[in-house]
This record gives sequence, C-alpha cells and structure tokens, in this order.
Amino acid sequence: MIVAKDLVKKFDDFTAVDGVSFTIKEGEMFGFLGPNGAGKTSTMRMIQCISPKTDGKLEVLGMDVNTHQREIKQILGVVPQENNLDPDFNVFDNLLVYSRYFDIPRTQALKMIEKLLDFVQLQGKRDVMIDELSGGMKRRLILARALINSPRIMILDEPTVGLDPQARHLIWDKLRSLRSKKVTIVLTTHYLDEAAQLCDRLVIMDYGKILLEGSPDEIVKEQIGTDIVETENNPDVRACLDEKGAKYEVMEDIIQVYTSKPQEITSHLLKECQLGKITARAATLEDVFLKLTGKKLRE
Amino acid sequence: MSYFSIPKLSSRVMTVWLRNWDVFMKTYKVNFLPPFIEPLLYLFALGFGLGTFIDEIEGMSYARFIAPALIAISIMYSSFFECTFSSYVRMYYQKTFDAIIATPLSIEEVITGELLWGASRSLINATIMLPILWAFGLIELPESLLIIPFAFLAGLLFATIAMCFTAISPNIMALNYPAFLFITPMFLFSGTFFPLSLLPEAVQYFALAVLPLTHVVTIVRSLTLGAVDGMLVFNLIWIIVATAIFFLLSVNLMKRRLIA
Repeated sequence: MIVAKDLVKKFDDFTAVDGVSFTIKEGEMFGFLGPNGAGKTSTMRMIQCISPKTDGKLEVLGMDVNTHQREIKQILGVVPQENNLDPDFNVFDNLLVYSRYFDIPRTQALKMIEKLLDFVQLQGKRDVMIDELSGGMKRRLILARALINSPRIMILDEPTVGLDPQARHLIWDKLRSLRSKKVTIVLTTHYLDEAAQLCDRLVIMDYGKILLEGSPDEIVKEQIGTDIVETENNPDVRACLDEKGAKYEVMEDIIQVYTSKPQEITSHLLKECQLGKITARAATLEDVFLKLTGKKLRE
Repeated sequence: MSYFSIPKLSSRVMTVWLRNWDVFMKTYKVNFLPPFIEPLLYLFALGFGLGTFIDEIEGMSYARFIAPALIAISIMYSSFFECTFSSYVRMYYQKTFDAIIATPLSIEEVITGELLWGASRSLINATIMLPILWAFGLIELPESLLIIPFAFLAGLLFATIAMCFTAISPNIMALNYPAFLFITPMFLFSGTFFPLSLLPEAVQYFALAVLPLTHVVTIVRSLTLGAVDGMLVFNLIWIIVATAIFFLLSVNLMKRRLIA
C-alpha cells in the first residue's frame, strides 16, 4: 500500500527525515514510534501529500506523493494531531461540509453521516457546536470525519492524545473494527501500551532514522527478552552479574537485567549476591523504547 | 517556488466558497445590518450635515458626490477585512485550511475560494446599499446596476491585496498596519470626500498609480451619475491587471506560508 525508499525531508538545513525505508501492507495496522522531533509527523505529512518529499521514493498505491496528490488524498482518511474541526458549524454540519470537499453527492453523504454518527456514538450530539464537545467527543468526531470518504488508508497522528481511559478504549475498539474491514491504518503514538495493543508492526524512529522494525512482541523479545529483573546498582551486583554473563543495563541507581529466565537470575542474585531490593516483571515496549532512545528529555 | 506560478484550479474551489457562505447565512441578520446602516450614518453626518455648508461640488450636491464613494469604500472594506482578519482567524486559530487540504483540495484552491468569497462580500454589501441610495435620489438607474458585477471585480482586487498581507503577517495584530497605513489613507485620499483635483498634481499621479480605490471610486461615480465615458477603460484595465498580479502573488505567498 505504502512504500518508502530512502525517503528524505529537509527544512532549510534541518533534516527531519533522513533516508527511511518501510513498506506498509494492505489491511495492517502500522505504528510510528519515537520521541518528539524523531520525524514521525514529517513522515505522516509526506504520506498525506501536504508536505512534499525532498528526496527518495514514497508511493501510495503505486502513486508518487509529489505528483498524484489529489488521487491519493481522495482515498485517505486523516486524523490530525491537532483538533481542527470547524468551530463555525455543529457536529452534523462539520461532517456535511467536509463531505463536499470530497465531492460526495449530498444524498449519499447524508446516509453516510447517519452511519458515522452511530459508529462514533455521537447521534445525541448532532446539533451541538464544536466548542461544547468534550475532548473525547472531538476526537471521535474527527475520526468520523476522516471516514466520510470511506478511505482505504487511515492516517492517525496521536489519535488518543489527552483522552481519558474510557475514550481511549472506545477509539481503540473503533480502529480494530476498521482493521477488520481491511482498512490500512498508519498511526503515530507516544503511548507505548497503545502501540503494543494495536499495531501489527511498528518502527521506532529517532533523529530522522528508523532504529528498528517488527511486531511489538518480536521487538521486545529480540531487544530485551521476555522479562526484566530490576535491582539496585552497586559494584558487587555488577560483578555478580558479569560472572553469570547476564545482559544488563545500568540506569542511574538501578540495574535492569534483560532475560527470558527471570527465576534463574532472581534466585542467582538472591543466593549469591548481597542484595536489598529485587523485582521481576514482564518486559514491555516502553523498555525497548527507552533502551533505544535513552532517557534524556527531548525538546 | 516562484511568486507568480499559475495555480491549477478545479471546481472544488466553490466548496470553500460555499463553506463561508453557509457560515455567513447562519447569521445573515447581523451580516446584512452594517451595509444598511453604515451608508445612512455617513449620509446624514457628511452628506446632509456637513454638506449643508457646501453649495455645490463639481456641479452636484455634496450627498450626491459622496454617495458613490460610500459604495466604493464599502466594496473595499468588506473584502479587505474578510481576507485579512477573518481569513487569518480561519487559517491560524481555527486551522480550517489545514483541515481542508487533507482532502483532495489543494492550498491554491482553498485560497482562491477565500478570495472569491471576499469578492462576494463586496458584491453583497454594494447591492444592499443601492436601493437605499436610490431612495434618497442620489444615484441614477439603470447605469448604477452595473455596480453589482463591478463590485465583484473590485472586491476581488482588495481581497487579493488583503490575502498578501495575511500571508506575510507574523500575527493577527500585525494586520492593523495595512489597515491603518494603506486602507485609511485610501479612504480619505482617493477622490472620496473631495475631488482628487484639489490635491497637488504629483500627489494625484501618486494616488492614481498606487491607490486602487481611486480607480474604483472613479468608475462607481460615473455609474451612479449615469455619465459613462471611454476614459473608464483605463481604470478598468488598471484594476484587472492589478487583480491578476495580486491573485498570483497571494496564492503563492500563502502556499509558501502553509506548505513546508
């Protein structure tokens, strides 16, 4: 569906996307993860044909994004990071006015709007102005708006940012039901549990490059193992772990041991090293993310 | 990217126009009021108030002299403010343009729709003023009816100029500069409330060269007086050429601002 090869985006002398390659297949949910400024949104904007690529190849359904903007945008549904619903209209009119931008005939649009209002559970709010909606309702309406043209590909930039757990789960359910209808879904997110829950495959980006690619489970298993044993950081413990030949990472005052055999490590540590605290837990995507991109804050 | 590339446009431009029309019609009562009231205020204050001290100006009553100026000023104000402050709000605060360019429309089509809408505001306001001025016996029919299509063209001129300022304004407050430094001097010195011929010759040429309103006032005044002559072609060409230049410039400046 979407193929990128050595894709580059430059703003003056700043390189936002630095030669990335990826292939997104039909019907899959594909995630872009990375800290702020990693190049995720720039990549999404190039796929959406609203920011021309600087170099490399980027094709959507075999069409180049710099030359077939209108054709590509016709089959995309976009959920932007920032809410940009039209505050001059109510919920219903937002969808109707948007349908006109796609040249959807009015009778067909009216039918579609009823279906979409049901789908995102906003029938009761159809006559309400945008300013009076809660954050979760606005996100749901944006999702409905993105679906007005029955898109084959959905592009979602932080679809659940700032939502309460109920609203997030509702959005997740909707995205899963779209995937079951063979809609290809591309999303960025900062919520790693969200990526782990939803994505079939994902990439982790940083400084404009793709650091790794795979399914969430694969990535965690490859990079870390199934579990993490955490213990306090002191030279004795490190010596003890070195002796055992364990993979571990030092993070300020704690040590994280990456392992697929947590019991063995734990009992070894307890038996043979002088320890205060020790905890074992399942490894998550967040561990991989922090391991790859570090704990330093990004601007 | 050049400043004068010719944009590829489609009929979808009208969906942007229609969006603004729909918003306008939701509050039409408020929107139709100013073009009714404003000319009346000016007429009473200047035409019938100040005008009583003026016997005659270029062979006519002062009210009759300023009636076409009031129409021309309304044409200028309605599209200029539509495509500066209102467009800026839609672009920057409401992110309306961002939402639309995620659909098959291009940014060039969005801006063109905005410009056509600005011109339509001029046409609407000028049309509303005509029966009022006619009721006071200040304009001639049927020539004055030509003001309706002309208001669209002149409105488009001010809309394109306005959109250039919108494209380069760092923030909404900066739009006050063209409003005070460009629009207000035009309001006063374009042959509106006194004949251009009273000004020093050099200033007259300056006004004709760079103040678009002088050309608009000249044409509207000829129409309200029912005295159309061949010299108007010169004014009309000036307006058409300036509109074409500022149209290309505004679309390309906006593209530069919004598409990175």
